[in-house]
Amino acid sequence: MNFIYFIKGSIRLIFKGSKTYYAWLLFLLILIVWGGLGYANQLRDGLITTHMRDSVSWAFYIGNFTFLVGVAAAAIMLVIPAYIYNWKPIKEIVIFGELLAVCAVIMCIAFIVVDIGNPLRFWHMLPVLGTMNFPYSMLSWDFFFLLAYLIINFVVVSHLLYSIFYKKEYRKKMVLTIVFISIPMAVGIHTVTAFLYNALPARPFWNSALLAPRFLASAFCSGPAILLILFQILRKMTHFEIKDEAIWRIAELMVYAMFIYLFFTIAELFKEFYSGTQHLLYWKYLLFGIGENKEIVPYSWLSISLGCLAFILFLIPKTRKNFVTLNIGAVAIYASVYVEKGIALIIPGFTPDVLGQIYVYTPSMTEIRTAAMIFSLGSLLFTFVVKIAIAIIFENYSIDSISFQKRGMNIQPET
Amino acid sequence: MEKNKSRRSFLKNISLASASALALSGCTLKELEKFFQKNFRTLSEEEKKELIAELEAEYKEKYQKDFHVSDKAAIDGTLFGYALDVSRCIGCRRCVYACVEENNQSREPQIHWIQVLQMDKERGIDFAHSDVHYDPETVPEEGHFYLPVQCQQCRTPQCTTVCPVKATWQEPDGIVVVDYNWCIGCRYCMAACPYGARHFNWAKPEIPEEEINTETHYLGNRPRMKGVVEKCTFCIQRVRAGKYPSCVEICPVGARKFGNLLDPDSEIRYILDNKRVLVLKEELNTQPKFYYFFGV
Ligand code: SF4
Ligand code: SF4
Repeated sequence: MNFIYFIKGSIRLIFKGSKTYYAWLLFLLILIVWGGLGYANQLRDGLITTHMRDSVSWAFYIGNFTFLVGVAAAAIMLVIPAYIYNWKPIKEIVIFGELLAVCAVIMCIAFIVVDIGNPLRFWHMLPVLGTMNFPYSMLSWDFFFLLAYLIINFVVVSHLLYSIFYKKEYRKKMVLTIVFISIPMAVGIHTVTAFLYNALPARPFWNSALLAPRFLASAFCSGPAILLILFQILRKMTHFEIKDEAIWRIAELMVYAMFIYLFFTIAELFKEFYSGTQHLLYWKYLLFGIGENKEIVPYSWLSISLGCLAFILFLIPKTRKNFVTLNIGAVAIYASVYVEKGIALIIPGFTPDVLGQIYVYTPSMTEIRTAAMIFSLGSLLFTFVVKIAIAIIFENYSIDSISFQKRGMNIQPET
Repeated sequence: MEKNKSRRSFLKNISLASASALALSGCTLKELEKFFQKNFRTLSEEEKKELIAELEAEYKEKYQKDFHVSDKAAIDGTLFGYALDVSRCIGCRRCVYACVEENNQSREPQIHWIQVLQMDKERGIDFAHSDVHYDPETVPEEGHFYLPVQCQQCRTPQCTTVCPVKATWQEPDGIVVVDYNWCIGCRYCMAACPYGARHFNWAKPEIPEEEINTETHYLGNRPRMKGVVEKCTFCIQRVRAGKYPSCVEICPVGARKFGNLLDPDSEIRYILDNKRVLVLKEELNTQPKFYYFFGV
């Protein structure tokens, strides 16, 4: 019974809010419908509605997937500094980080589902029921790591919220153990995702041992950016207390990550350009275009300039500690990594293709709409769970308040 | 029974997107059965027979013609190999179109299992400077030579290793095949193949009724569906019946040679013994059974 009251109470909660909140929901809803109609076309006509073709057989969808794996991974890794520096609201940081991770993983899986030609055959990937190619295929590894990561984080965060809701002590030992397992798992999911691309000798652009380290570094840049902004919003609107120092510390850690990323990339570029083998072609296509084919160049330079802007803003203490410039930097780095993972990582892997031919790819409207659908569905889910979490943690939404409702509204006798 | 039950409960849990797609496609009993069909390699002989009868009926309904879908297994003591004489090839692309017709490749959108690359004589084999879209009045063109590329039937194929569902594998006679009813369409194999040999059905494949080839093999040229990967199978439906692949037969200059690598008297063995051959991208250790040589 209590669970039903909890559900009812939560539904009431998520539909209660300010005008801005409603505007936000409406905005997401419009995007979902617009994107969903685009996706319906793809379901009907097949992936021909995308701009992927045999030459460029993976593109925007799998790029989004990769980006979101990074978000999911970084959300948890933020627990490390919170623990080391003993930031006061560590429990809250864990909760919001895990909520973000759970939503991001769900979006990841959604991006795989829209990317495959036969979504109904998804179950072929499962062990026992299907014929999973384990341990040979990196994709089955990836799928399983993600699933395990999803379950682990879901268990921890729901246990934490559940205990607060019921005003019980949470099982500290269990939670701590699982959180400490989920940290290497976070590194793991992103590493395995990098390995998905890494060990394909057919694709020299990805066939570099630096790919996985670069993935991790870039995830550390983009993932915390969302939480950085979320923490500020929470601080304004709830009793959530996080000191300025903690926020600046996050930003500082992001600068280190950006620096490491920059260093790795320069090392990669040096090797490619100085040795000047045929493998240079892919980088050339990315940065300058080949011949007339320059369509991808604006994307890569957009990503580079946004990344540099964020790096400078975060590096200089004065701009790092000014919340306006800090937030500009956070948005910039988020966008930069998004374009990098969405386009700049995947497309040059396929262009020129294995037989040296150039097929110019840029995302089609269907791809953009489908991605918008998944992102807005994910944001909606995240908004809802954050709203419930806020109520439970800060607004005294608890078992007492729903039993009060029970009595007050006289719905049903206690069973 | 046990298995069936867990499958049914799995159906309940399947992700929202798939479930709604299922609803959209109008979920009849037959389709449900199809949904639960197993990987070809795990089917019993009886199940295979049943499945093939169903397929033949389905194709008949679709194309108004009697189909024969074979499931003939590899013959013991065969390992197929191919050799292509680069010095003879004139780049006429007859093999490309013979292959399309024999193997029921989609005409709209176009799928070609064979790609003929035009190369500069001066550069030798150099993919980065090659062109598949060459279109002169007459071939061969001055200063160029031609390099047809299709599945190289690797001995250590990357494409089968990466497939997350074992929908593609190497048969005992060395042919790499795809189970179109099992492929989920993730296209990982396309990212892994170093020769661009795998092709995806981006849309529902269209083939004019009068051009369809009704003599088919389950693992080869039977009609495919939207959203699966396909590739050259050395014409599995022909070579397992003792015939040459279509491309070998059509080539007007006799540049294409085919045979059993395990048979010491075969033409392919003769070429390996007496000509100097090369394979493409040997540094990737794919060890193709498709060789190139210079006959004249
Ligand atoms: S050429 Fe490509 S498709 Fe053919 S066996 Fe080798 S890796 Fe597989
Ligand atoms: S596209 Fe099909 S054959 Fe290729 S890896 Fe994916 S499931 Fe396997």
